[in-house]
Amino acid sequence: MTAPEIESNGLSRSQLTRSTAIWPLFALGALLLLNAFALPSFFELEFLDGNLYGSLVDVLNRSSIGVVLAVGMTLVIATGGVDLSVGSVLAITGTVAATLMAKTELGVTTAVLISIAVAMLAGALNGLLVTSLKIEPVIATLVLMVSGRGIAKYIAGEQVISVPRDEAFAAFDWIGNGHLFGLPVPTLLALSLALVTFFVVRKTSIGLLIESVGGNAAASRATGINDRMVKLFVYVFAAFCAGVAGLIDTAYINASDPVNAGVFTELDAIFAVLVGGTALTGGRFSLTGSIVGAILLQTLLTTMYAYGVASDVAPVPKAGVILIVCLLQSTKVRTWFRKRARGQQGNPATAFSSPADSSSEEAS
Amino acid sequence: MNQRWSKLVSTASTASVLLLLWIVAGLAFDNFWSPFVVADLFSENAFLGISAIGMTLVILSGGIDLSVGSVIGFTTIFVATLITDHSVSPWLAWLTALLIGTGFGAMMGFLIHVFELPAFLVTLAGLFFARGMAFFVKPESVQIRSETYEWLSSCAVPTGGGAELELTTLILLSVFAIALVTLNLTRFGRNIFAIGGSQSSAQLMGLPVGRTKVLVYAISGFCSALAGITMTLYMDSGNPINATALELDAIAIVVIGGTLLSGGVGGVTGTMLGFLIYGTIYQITYFASLSSSLATIAIGALLLTFIMLQRLIVAPAEAE
Repeated sequence: MTAPEIESNGLSRSQLTRSTAIWPLFALGALLLLNAFALPSFFELEFLDGNLYGSLVDVLNRSSIGVVLAVGMTLVIATGGVDLSVGSVLAITGTVAATLMAKTELGVTTAVLISIAVAMLAGALNGLLVTSLKIEPVIATLVLMVSGRGIAKYIAGEQVISVPRDEAFAAFDWIGNGHLFGLPVPTLLALSLALVTFFVVRKTSIGLLIESVGGNAAASRATGINDRMVKLFVYVFAAFCAGVAGLIDTAYINASDPVNAGVFTELDAIFAVLVGGTALTGGRFSLTGSIVGAILLQTLLTTMYAYGVASDVAPVPKAGVILIVCLLQSTKVRTWFRKRARGQQGNPATAFSSPADSSSEEAS
Repeated sequence: MNQRWSKLVSTASTASVLLLLWIVAGLAFDNFWSPFVVADLFSENAFLGISAIGMTLVILSGGIDLSVGSVIGFTTIFVATLITDHSVSPWLAWLTALLIGTGFGAMMGFLIHVFELPAFLVTLAGLFFARGMAFFVKPESVQIRSETYEWLSSCAVPTGGGAELELTTLILLSVFAIALVTLNLTRFGRNIFAIGGSQSSAQLMGLPVGRTKVLVYAISGFCSALAGITMTLYMDSGNPINATALELDAIAIVVIGGTLLSGGVGGVTGTMLGFLIYGTIYQITYFASLSSSLATIAIGALLLTFIMLQRLIVAPAEAE
């Protein structure tokens, strides 16, 4: 199908433009280039007590929650689903962890383990609704999105829970504000989670199973794939990621705010996944693309702050980016562009490239 | 199982939940069965009801509108700023706000239809855009000082027993009546059901799919703007943070009311019942001095129950 487009320089044009991570990387590069001229201070880095500081490090640090959520969301979207509840699960996890540390005798490790378990339980609920009751993912996860915040508020007793400031909880503070090898711990956490996930999905069969189920669940079942288990797995995994994000979020400020923690993060995560080139319809996915997407989103925000845009107004340009990405990925717009390109080249050989082209994009 | 019958079952089950809540609450708390409680129920949440009715049309057509909360927030601060800071006449401010809301909805509908973009994403962009614009107008709460507002707050229809229906309630009831007539007695209403049932069939039958879809989102935008104005009438102020995440409550109400999220089945009568259930649950937590977070949890549980009910009764499991 792509044969006519191959150029002589070895790397085909289609390979380049269809590698899903290339567009967000391109956008990120453009944004950084713009900053290089307009905001030189953006690239200033300094060492303080052996730790790296600067806008770039800050971007990586602040994007860690987005990256973690995007990794989980990628797998869910790859199965053709979506998880709207991650923001609420994030709030529940943070609240459980903070409450356990503030109001019980439990140590940091136990509190962290219990709260992650709670998150995975929430994910299992989502997964069961989708697989056993066959409820549409948007609706199934909407339930927990609506009630999850109520649950978090109820656990916290409708108030902000602070993690006690003493030696016993220094380890928890380290999760959010510590440094390792000169880099912020949240960044390292997010990157290691992303790396482990990447190797697990690409080096074992699970990635293939997810793409197969997302491509066609019925056909996968016919070939002997337990599609329910695969779907259950991705929802539990997404909730696990939301749990990790919740811990990072709580550790940043050493407190859990059930009302404001993680509001709209599910939308940011979905957005990062889409920018990264994974289609909402499921099938092929690109973890690298999603991660770059999440970092791009944070870079955009940090850049806007650097230009003095109020943080409350920042959603306006964000909306613009969402729209542009949607338009670029719209089949209609793509066909239109392709037609124009063809018209200029006057190459009849590509005229019969089928609509399947757009659905068989190369995943990175 | 035909559609008419299943629709009846779902409306009846919503109505019986409402009835059950009222009976239990009335037995448990003194003074729950009073016209004051009913009047409160309507006036306190009127803005939510109005946006839920707009949302019903969108969901019936097979779409979704996530931007309603942000449009409400934008409208409240926009109207408040125009009236207080720029001494614009309230009527003109309302007209402008309604035009903006409708235009905004139409724009989203246009993008969704013409470029075949997922409604979920376009209205998500709308959510961010409208909320950002709300803060752009003014980042803090603005009190409305206007004679018109004072005069309007005194307008009310007595219902006997000392209780009265406030203007906000009257707006909600009129929107409901108009939506009911439009959906059931006009060609436009029938087109919405047809498109929600199957867009390709509707297209093949020669129905004006594009026009209807754009109009549906425009109406939802109009309803959100109207809901925002209603909110300023109720609160006498505007705040860019108003109605954050209200779209979730609106969607929950629509689903509890028996409208299928996949489109084509449901109606505004169910939404009204869902709205009353929502208000009643909050009234109960208030009467029992429970925390409002329990009400949120209860609504989530109810949402789950109704979705499961729809799954089991209304939409028999599709052949795999």
